[in-house]
Amino acid sequence: MGLSVTELTCHRAGQRVLACVDFRLEAGEALLLRGPNGAGKSTLLRVLAGLLPATGRVTLDGHPLGSEAYGEAVAYAGHLDAIKPQLSVRENLGFWAALFGGGSVEAALAEAGLAAISERSAHACSAGQKRRLGLARLLVAPRRLWLLDEPTVALDAAAVARLETAVRGHCAAGGLALIATHVTLDLPARSLTLAPPNAGTAAIAADPFLAGRWG
Amino acid sequence: MSAASALLGRELRLALRSGGGAGLGLAFFLIVLLLVPLGLGPEPARLAPVAPGMIWIAALLASLLSLDRLFQSDLEDGTLDVLATSPLPLTALVAIKAAAHWLTTGLPLIALAPLLAVTLHLPVPGYPWLIASLAAGTPALSFLGAIGAAITLGIRRGGLILSVLVLPLYIPTLILGARLVGIAVEGGEPLPALALLAGLTMGILALAPVAAAAALRINLRG
Repeated sequence: MGLSVTELTCHRAGQRVLACVDFRLEAGEALLLRGPNGAGKSTLLRVLAGLLPATGRVTLDGHPLGSEAYGEAVAYAGHLDAIKPQLSVRENLGFWAALFGGGSVEAALAEAGLAAISERSAHACSAGQKRRLGLARLLVAPRRLWLLDEPTVALDAAAVARLETAVRGHCAAGGLALIATHVTLDLPARSLTLAPPNAGTAAIAADPFLAGRWG
Repeated sequence: MSAASALLGRELRLALRSGGGAGLGLAFFLIVLLLVPLGLGPEPARLAPVAPGMIWIAALLASLLSLDRLFQSDLEDGTLDVLATSPLPLTALVAIKAAAHWLTTGLPLIALAPLLAVTLHLPVPGYPWLIASLAAGTPALSFLGAIGAAITLGIRRGGLILSVLVLPLYIPTLILGARLVGIAVEGGEPLPALALLAGLTMGILALAPVAAAAALRINLRG
């Protein structure tokens, strides 16, 4: 049970951005994805969310990536917060709650520290408030696997602490979380460091035959 | 079902709020048709024969106007990524968004068209058939447009490519819609043409979401 990723490789625009990624994540575990810019952290999260094609084997509780059961267990929060500026904070969150058939909007607003500004137009929210609203979506979508791409960007210290609490709560309830981040998070989590994929390109350059052909 | 109604409600709300563009298509429709008597001259004998065709052409252009934002704004703010991981299938997503587009652009055109037909001196027998032809034909415009919007997603100045791509697809709907009003005015029997137009729209309503969802899937994964 849990998430199992075997020999995951992804090419984009002819460039290899992920090479043979292998890891396992058990129920109740969080994993921090580390690595320099361009190492493929975002790509890995998008692949696991089913938004990018890749080769390799990915299963969640035995269900392969692409199956309906897998798709309905994944929540993805990328760099963009998926917020409509014309709608209020509550309307934005209420839509996601209705779409994902999830939990209480009021509870999520309170947990994300947005209760005081729930009637404010999202247009008038600061970058940090928008990010909190984007992450609050996870609280109204009852999904097992959280895929978070640099969730702490624009968050203040109190909001980062709230995020850590939310992830701990999610994992305590048997959920899984995969978090790409450059900052230190106070979580009982292992970390996985992705190497930039051009490590392989260096090997090609060192090989006289391949260098002549591809270099 | 609640997911579908939530999405439809949100689409309508977004279209009707500021910057949604629902009123824009209607204003465009109004202005184009008010320009026709100015360009061709106000004589009823000159305007009446071209009235059905002009109204239909203006309807095509007005529905095109807001189509390029159908998926584009959702792509830009990350909503499309989240929608793609939601329990709603992409075909349902396309169908709901196209339906919301018709409700906010097509339906108001139908309400406004009889008023503008007066300024174009459309003969009286043509009115019920004009409304019927627009009601039967304009849903196809939104659904065909959804295919174009999905294909041109993410392309810079995609709105122009969208027009070039989608307008030819509108031809059968335009011919049937405009001609059936013409037939009614000339005293013929427009019912077969109306049935054909409605049948065409039904076919497009069934097939377009599948095609647009396939194009969306390719664009999302690119």
